[in-house]
Amino acid sequence: MSRGNNCWGGQNLSCDYDFWMIVVREAGLYCVAGDFYVDPWRAVPCAVITHAHADHARWGSSKYYCAAEGEGVLRTRIGEKAIINGIPYRETFRLGKALISFHPAGHILGSAQIRIEVEGEVWVISGDFKNDNDPSCDSFEVVACDTFVTESTFALPVYRWPSPALVFDEMNHWWRHNQVNSRTSVVFAYALGKAQRILCGLDASIGPIGVHGAVEKLNGHYREAGKPLPATVAAGVDSWDVLRGRGLIIAPGSVRNTPWLKKFAPYSLAFASGWMRVRGARRRGSFDRGFVLSDHADWPGLLATIRSTGARRVGVTHGFSDVLVRWLREVEGLESFVLPTRFGGEAASEKGEES
Amino acid sequence: MKRFADLYFALDSSNRNRDKLQSIVDYLNQVPPEDAAWAVYFLLGNRLGRLVSGRVLRQAVAHIMDLPEWLVEASYAQVGDLAETVALLLPDLTSNTAETLPSLHRLVERLRVGLVGADESSTQDLLATLWQSADSNERLVLNKLLTGGMRVGVSRATVIKALAQLAGVEPGVMAHRIMGGFSPQAESYLALFEEQSRADASARPYPFYLANPIDEGCSISELLGDLDEWQIEWKWDGIRAQLLRREAASLLWSRGEELVGESFPEIIDAVEVLPKGVVLDGELLGWDVDRQRPLPFAALQQRLGRKRISNSLRQAVPVCFMAYDLLEYEGIDLREESTLKRRERMESLFAVLGQHPCMCLSPIVEASDWQALQKLRLESRQRRVEGFMIKRKAGPYRVGRVRGDWWKWKVDPFTLDAVLVNAVQGHGRRAGLYTDYTFALRDGAQGWVPFAKAYSGLTDAEIRRVDAWIRRHTLERHGPVRIVEPKLVFEIAFEGIAESRRHKCGLAVRFPRIHRWREDKTAEEADDLQGLRELLEKQKGD
Repeated sequence: MSRGNNCWGGQNLSCDYDFWMIVVREAGLYCVAGDFYVDPWRAVPCAVITHAHADHARWGSSKYYCAAEGEGVLRTRIGEKAIINGIPYRETFRLGKALISFHPAGHILGSAQIRIEVEGEVWVISGDFKNDNDPSCDSFEVVACDTFVTESTFALPVYRWPSPALVFDEMNHWWRHNQVNSRTSVVFAYALGKAQRILCGLDASIGPIGVHGAVEKLNGHYREAGKPLPATVAAGVDSWDVLRGRGLIIAPGSVRNTPWLKKFAPYSLAFASGWMRVRGARRRGSFDRGFVLSDHADWPGLLATIRSTGARRVGVTHGFSDVLVRWLREVEGLESFVLPTRFGGEAASEKGEES
Repeated sequence: MKRFADLYFALDSSNRNRDKLQSIVDYLNQVPPEDAAWAVYFLLGNRLGRLVSGRVLRQAVAHIMDLPEWLVEASYAQVGDLAETVALLLPDLTSNTAETLPSLHRLVERLRVGLVGADESSTQDLLATLWQSADSNERLVLNKLLTGGMRVGVSRATVIKALAQLAGVEPGVMAHRIMGGFSPQAESYLALFEEQSRADASARPYPFYLANPIDEGCSISELLGDLDEWQIEWKWDGIRAQLLRREAASLLWSRGEELVGESFPEIIDAVEVLPKGVVLDGELLGWDVDRQRPLPFAALQQRLGRKRISNSLRQAVPVCFMAYDLLEYEGIDLREESTLKRRERMESLFAVLGQHPCMCLSPIVEASDWQALQKLRLESRQRRVEGFMIKRKAGPYRVGRVRGDWWKWKVDPFTLDAVLVNAVQGHGRRAGLYTDYTFALRDGAQGWVPFAKAYSGLTDAEIRRVDAWIRRHTLERHGPVRIVEPKLVFEIAFEGIAESRRHKCGLAVRFPRIHRWREDKTAEEADDLQGLRELLEKQKGD
């Protein structure tokens, strides 16, 4: 079906193309010239990381490189003792024969596209990215390249995002409406990235904002980086009376049906994710509200980005890769292939772990 | 149309019945009766019928958006609902549109005039025009009207409650007023609020009373107490129906509120022997006159949906109306009387009638105690019945599925351990997950032979695990179908077996569903086709 799938199991892809800077090995995407892995799936000697989400940043490698702005969150995720080299955006460093630099991906704090140059040939590995405005992290930058490796989490034309400003208007309106009905507003969101983005979009004048411990743990890094997070309280025993019936709480989806959450009843439950664009996902989750808010590029965003990189070859990973590859080949006339991933895939889970 | 689309989404997104009820009441209060009539018609689960085929809809959106059709297809596979897929693919509405969609009844009118019998290009033109003047919610609802797939997330009971609230009557009264099919006209809608019975009242059946199941493993004596308080009958496996013998006409209504008299002319003839002003509740059965027991359900199915019944079919599948309740006598509604009293009246009515080949009285099952009854229940399959109906002697005839007075105590289903061989993604709430499974049994030389499809029976958590497993163990993909490694074993329950030429394994099972996931079993330990054939022999019981 696709070259990507054929090579699964650690074989080299180079037989298919005249030049392969990145090959797929058991531990993940590997750069031969620089002897490092990008977002490896298991512990390796040298890992270059796009961002700190669990499916990209695994614990246990001997040495990590990431964008300087993402160093703090990465450390929180993979351990205080990890050896992490934070490199400022756009600053070039060398590993073996490869010249490497990080460029903002607009996904979460410190998320980066990785630009790799070997003997004049340039690959860019996007990691997860989005084009939409997000005050909680640096905006996506287009980096010209020969080969662009893109994610495809939402690579279907039904996924088209409303403007974030509109979504936040809706969310604030929903919050006010809940207040009138004496309900606590609860938004389920991924604790790293989505939660902080929502915090930046809320109208803090409406009422108190509570955050779950998992979110609070990461907020410090955002505040240190100067991101405009509003004042929050830790949602828990001390804040029941403050939040119940009028506050808005941001928590990971895993707290659903826990006694912790029940203390804030009666509440209205919302989920913020790109998956909420589709009614089936909203209904399956039985949320009172679904807000279409994603930290990934939508279909028009993916296409526009791919075009503007000027890449003649596009690797597609993580999502609806078959669809995007076919489109790129048949409609855009580009060379395109699937790169396998250990995670995500078409599985498109909407449990809240949109990464 | 905007209001109706808003109502649709309010009902679709709410999990609270009270909120749904309020949304309906608010809507009906706001709109003219012409729109209200159509809204009620749709809310009750009626559809327009297919005005546009799925293919034309796909082509129209592919054309407008300049997308290849495979991409529309891939989108549909993910969304799981064509109407919604199309609505999501279309561009956002610009704020300065010239036109907005007309109100609901005018829109329906326009669709019917513009689409029935229209060729493809004028259909596409009309679609493009309508889509241009609709926002994304309206588009979804509009597409649902077009494809005939209108299903609103609200129960019939809630709609009836809302109407009852508006009319200031009990829900049971409203349920009766709405029986016999609701026609989407302003007069019919307004008539729901009139106290006097309408002209067609004499054609209207009563709302059916539905029984609650007795759960497997539940202690029946503990649940129901003294056996003397209960009337026991066999639970017939046919089509629930009401037989009306009224001044104006004799009518046979199925539980789906369809007039089915044409498919059962001998019953309509037979009813002439009854005095006028009688309504019977009972079961339509294929009837083996010699052996005085039902024919298999599959035989009865041959009768359904036919406007004319040939003589040969009449002879091949004789039918009877198995009466088990008397709802009206001498034109008077008996539903408030006790089951015991109604039964007495019905027996005296049938005593006058004498033996009739196609009008039977459902016999009372006598048993000394619950244990004896339990033993008798084991004979259900030989008798071609589904178990027992248990009715409180002192209870009235209620409306809908009200717990407490009527119980169904079904015979345990057949079960087999079968292996999952392929899966397709679900629709609606289950879109994007592999939830529609095909199960197979081993058949010696032939390998795995599919024998049943099942969609229900797993918990949400199990569905997610099975979905993840399917994705990792796919052998082949044929369009939306994934062929998976034959490894996972499930206990499949079903109600009956019939020989079938349409099924690869030569047998068809009724109501297959997943009983449980046998994670303790390997595919080698699953049942084989021979096991199914043995069950068929057992069912025949001859």
